[in-house]
Amino acid sequence: MIAATFLGEVVAWFADGANWSGPGGIPNRFFEYAEITFVSIAIASVIGLPLGFLLGHLGKGALVAINVSNIGRAIPSLALLVLTVQITGIGNTPAIVALVALSVPPIVTNTYVGMRGVDRDVREAAHGMGMTGWQRLTRVEAPLALPLVMAGLRTSTVQVAATASLAAVVASGGFGRYIVDGLATQDYVQVFAGAVLVAGFCIALELGLGLVEARVAPGRVRLESPAAHRAVPGLAGTAAPAGPS
Amino acid sequence: MSTLAANGPDSWLWWDWVVRHGDEIWFRTKEHVFLTVVSVVVGTLLAVPAAILGSRTKLLATPLLLVGGVIYTIPSLALFALLIPWTGLSRTTPLIALTSYTLLILFRNTLTGLSSVPDDVRDAAHGMGYSWGRQLLRIELPLALPAIIAGIRIATVTTIGLVTVAALVAQGGYGQFILDGYQRSFRTPIVLGSALSILLAVVSDVVLVGLQRAMMPWTRVPST
Repeated sequence: MIAATFLGEVVAWFADGANWSGPGGIPNRFFEYAEITFVSIAIASVIGLPLGFLLGHLGKGALVAINVSNIGRAIPSLALLVLTVQITGIGNTPAIVALVALSVPPIVTNTYVGMRGVDRDVREAAHGMGMTGWQRLTRVEAPLALPLVMAGLRTSTVQVAATASLAAVVASGGFGRYIVDGLATQDYVQVFAGAVLVAGFCIALELGLGLVEARVAPGRVRLESPAAHRAVPGLAGTAAPAGPS
Repeated sequence: MSTLAANGPDSWLWWDWVVRHGDEIWFRTKEHVFLTVVSVVVGTLLAVPAAILGSRTKLLATPLLLVGGVIYTIPSLALFALLIPWTGLSRTTPLIALTSYTLLILFRNTLTGLSSVPDDVRDAAHGMGYSWGRQLLRIELPLALPAIIAGIRIATVTTIGLVTVAALVAQGGYGQFILDGYQRSFRTPIVLGSALSILLAVVSDVVLVGLQRAMMPWTRVPST
């Protein structure tokens, strides 16, 4: 029980100007962390969203959409990161490759579930009005599916940020570096400070995206939706995942 | 795929090495299973009673879900790191963190299960003169069981994946193979540790599905 003095050292770490400048400083680590997270989620969205919208529109691939994300939960993030390094070498590249691979399945699943959740009557009314398949997809189904799609995207983004902290093991940048380097040098003050930064980043991301979501897709219960629940993966599931990662 | 079958130190999986490390595989399996089982069992023992209380009053459920949600957002490596000053590099560190995660999954699922019991059923039980305790044990919990077991399955598979991270705080498990292989640029332990972790997750899930069917012959719940 070393609480008081230890926490004092952590405060001193944060107050130390040396930890605020240079490539190993907090600002640079923050940008690295944000970059890895957003580049990964952007690539994953470009792949996953159209696929989910299309499968949901066609009503095909339910089994694939659900099972792929269930299998995804069983693959440890650490394993995927280290295995990717064997192909790409260390650094930010394996981190981004692994993070994209981890986040595409839940994005597809959530988009699919959101699309299938669109009322059958609405779908048929659109059909009866003579709308083409493309019009139904873009003007009716996708907008109605948006709240669930956004909820899924938020869960996936937070999960990606969570896993990105682990990517420090394979020499990528970001706040995870403080934890991994601190563990290697038994500098537990730095480990703790890094953990505070990682946790703060993820919690702020979750809250921030929640606000964006409320603005873009207001008026729906989101957290309790079965699809959002399923996407937790871990965290996160995310964890979930996927769960916590 | 040719390298997969090839038998040498440079292949993805060098069988000779695997065969020679049978003892270590067994040892790491015990570590991995121990951390998983304790986290899921303790999580269940805490979450189910908490959810029973939570289903009676929002006063308990709302703050628990809120705190749980915040903890759930913290990545495992960071949560381990936050616990180190208090519990050190011991088994307690990953156990507390992993139990917290399972706790939230199970609390949420049990709460959902209990709240899905139809009011008619509750009224009927009440009308038949069931006491509070008997109604809970004979009516509500059995009806919530599919949701609880679904939660246990998610918690178990998730925890098995997260236990690999415990190797970073010196607690072994299959993650130790992955880290060793990474540090030595030796693929076999990496592939072995990853495969064993996935295998354990799949086997555990199959066992839990079997258990679910054995315990609840009256229902066949599709997997979530």
